[in-house]
Amino acid sequence: MRVGLFVPCYVDQFYPQVGIATLELLTRLGCDVVYPPDQTCCGQPMANSGYEHLTGGCNALFIRNFAEFEYIVAPSGSCVLHIKDHIHDANIAGKIYELVEFLTDVLKVDNLDACFPYKVGLHQSCHGQRGLHLAQMSELMAPPFSKPQKLLDMVKDIQLIDLDRKDECCGFGGTFCVAEEAVSVKMGKDRVADHLHHGAEVITGSDMSCLMHLEGILRRQKSPVQVKHIAEILNSKITG
Amino acid sequence: MSSSNHKDHATLAAAFNKDEPRVDWHDQTLWWVRQKRDKAAAQVADWEALRDSASKIKDNVLSNLSEYLTKFEEEASRNGVIVHWAADAKEHNDIVLSILRNHKVDKMVKSKSMLTEECHLNEFLAAHNVEVVDTDLGERVVQLAEEPPSHIVLPCIHWKKEEIGELFHKHLGTPAGNADPQFLTYAARLHLREKFLTRRVALTGVNFAVAETGEFVVCTNEGNADMGAHLADVHIACMGIEKLIPKRDHLGVFLRLLTRSATGQPITTYSSHFRKPRPGQEMHIVLVDNGRSTHLGRKDFRNSLKCIRCAACFNTCPVYRRSGGHSYHTAVAGPIGSILSPNLDMKKYSDLPFASTLCGSCSNVCPVKIDIHEQLYKWRQVIVQEGNSPAAKTATMKAMTWVLSNPGVYHTAGKTGRWFMLNVPFTVNNRLNPWYHQRDLPAPPKQSFGEWYKKNKQ
Repeated sequence: MRVGLFVPCYVDQFYPQVGIATLELLTRLGCDVVYPPDQTCCGQPMANSGYEHLTGGCNALFIRNFAEFEYIVAPSGSCVLHIKDHIHDANIAGKIYELVEFLTDVLKVDNLDACFPYKVGLHQSCHGQRGLHLAQMSELMAPPFSKPQKLLDMVKDIQLIDLDRKDECCGFGGTFCVAEEAVSVKMGKDRVADHLHHGAEVITGSDMSCLMHLEGILRRQKSPVQVKHIAEILNSKITG
Repeated sequence: MSSSNHKDHATLAAAFNKDEPRVDWHDQTLWWVRQKRDKAAAQVADWEALRDSASKIKDNVLSNLSEYLTKFEEEASRNGVIVHWAADAKEHNDIVLSILRNHKVDKMVKSKSMLTEECHLNEFLAAHNVEVVDTDLGERVVQLAEEPPSHIVLPCIHWKKEEIGELFHKHLGTPAGNADPQFLTYAARLHLREKFLTRRVALTGVNFAVAETGEFVVCTNEGNADMGAHLADVHIACMGIEKLIPKRDHLGVFLRLLTRSATGQPITTYSSHFRKPRPGQEMHIVLVDNGRSTHLGRKDFRNSLKCIRCAACFNTCPVYRRSGGHSYHTAVAGPIGSILSPNLDMKKYSDLPFASTLCGSCSNVCPVKIDIHEQLYKWRQVIVQEGNSPAAKTATMKAMTWVLSNPGVYHTAGKTGRWFMLNVPFTVNNRLNPWYHQRDLPAPPKQSFGEWYKKNKQ
C-alpha cells in the first residue's frame, strides 16, 4: 500500500519527531510510505483568516505532490479536514486520511506493539472530532465511540484519565490564538487545568497545533507535564 | 480591528479577562446551563430526529415566507388583530410610538423581546418621553443598571446576586447587604405589580406565530407577558418576519425543543397563545423586516433565519463563556449573533465572525440545525472580499501565501529559522507577538522533518 505522507508545515518545522513517529508507525504496519519533499502547507491558515481566495497556489502544489498516491495520510485532523472541504480535485478527494482514522478505518488495526507507562489525558481536537468524526460529540444524543481511544487502549501500561469536559475546545483556533489572545489563553489554561486536576502526566491528541498551544501554557507555568502527539505514543516502546 | 470607532470583540474580551475569577464564574455558570440542556435532551427519545424536523419545518417556512406571512396577516386580521408591517427598525419604532400616541399613553410595560433590543426601542421611546418598564426580572435588572442584556435568554447572567442586591437597594429600597434571591425576587414582584396594574399598554415579543390560525405564542418563565397583556387595554406584539411556523401542530416540535435547548427545562412555565383581543381590548402585531429579506437573499447565510433564540449556542460556546455578552457589542451576542449581525452592518460587525475557534459545538446544539460555524467561516471570506479587513493583515496573508506556495522559498525560510519564528502561529501583528505574552514558543529543533527525511530516507 503506497502512502503519501503529508507533514503539515508547523509539524515539519517545530515537531519533526511527530513526522518521524508517523512514518515509522505506518512503515511498521506494512505501508510503503513516501514523503514528497516539495510539500508545504494545506492553506488553512489563510482560508480560516478569510483569505481562501489566496490558496490556489497551495492547493495546486498539494495536488502536484500527492496526486500519484493511493492514500494520503497526515498526523493532523485540522489540515486533513481543510483539504477534504476545500480541495475537490479527483486525484485527492476520497484518498486523504487523518492518521487515527487511517489506522482504524483503512488498516483496521486491532493490536499494536506499543508500551507507554504513563497517565495520559486525551485532548479531542475539534476539527478531528466534530469535523472528521473521530469520536462522538458530547452535544449529540448518539451512541459514544472514540477512534483515538480505541487505539490508545491497545497501548500497554497506559492509563487514560477522565476529564470534566471531554471535548471542549482548547482555544488554539489558528489566527484566533493571536487575534483573540486573551480568550485563547484562558481557554488553553482551563483545558490544561482539567488535565492536571485528573493527574495527567502527558497530554496527547491527534492535532499538534492544539498541543503546541497547550504546551506553550504548560511551559510558562513551569509544569513538568509533557505533550505528545498520538503517533508518538502509538509508536512508543517505553517500558516501565 | 475594525476601523470604526467602537472597541472590537478581542479588545472587549481582553478587558473582561482582566478579572480571571469572574471569568471562571461566568464560564462555570453557563457550562452548568449547557449540562442541564444535555440532560434534558437525553430524556427525549429521538432528540436528533426532533431537531431534524424543526430544521425542515423552518426550511419550508423560509422557502415560502411571503405566502405564510400573507396567510398569517389574513387570519390575524380575521381574528380582529391590527397588523402592521415595518420595513426597518425606524418604522417599527414609529409604529409603536404612534399606537401609544393614539391612546395618549406615555408609560408602558414590556416583556422580553430581542427584536425591540435590535431596534433600540427603549432608547427611542425615552427620547420621545415614553417610560418603558421591562418586566422580565433579568431585563429589569439590566434596565436599572442602564446596560443592554448580555445574553438573549439570561439577560443579567453576568451579574452576581450580591451586585443585584446593591442595585435593588439603590433603586427599589431593599435593605443594604441583602442578597437573598428569594427576597430580591419578592421585592421585584411588588415593584412590578404596581406597574402591571397601572399601565394601559403592554408590549410583548413573539416566540412563534402560526400562519394557519393567525395566533402567536409567547413563552416566559415568569408569566410577565401574560400579566402585562391581560391587564392592559392595548397589547402590542412585535416580531421578526422569520418567527412564523406553518401550523399549530408544529408547536409540538418547537415547544419541546425551545426550553430544553435554552435552560434544560422540559417547557417554559408559561407558553401562552394569543389569538384575538378580549372584548374592549386592542391587539396589534408589528411584523418587522429590518434586514431579514436581504439576509434571506444571501444563499450561504439565509438559514440563520431559522433561529428560535434559545441561546444554546451561547451556553456551549467556549469563547462566549469566557468573553461575556457585551464583548459582542450587538443586541444578539454569541455565535448566532456573530452570523446575524454582519448582515445588519458588515463593517461594524466585521470582527464578530473572527471571535470563534470554529470548534463547531454551536452547530451541534442548535435545535434547528443552523450550520453556525460554517457560516462564521463563510462570513470571514465575505468580509475580506468586501474590503473590511485591515491592510496589515492582508499584507501578512499575501506574504505567507507566497512562502507557502513556493517550496524553495519555504525551505530557505524554514532553515534560517526566522520566518517561522516570526510568523508561526500565523501572527497578524509581528511587532508584538501575542503568542509569547502568556505562552512559550516551542524550542526550534535542529532539523525539520524534511531535512531529517532527506538525510535518512532518500
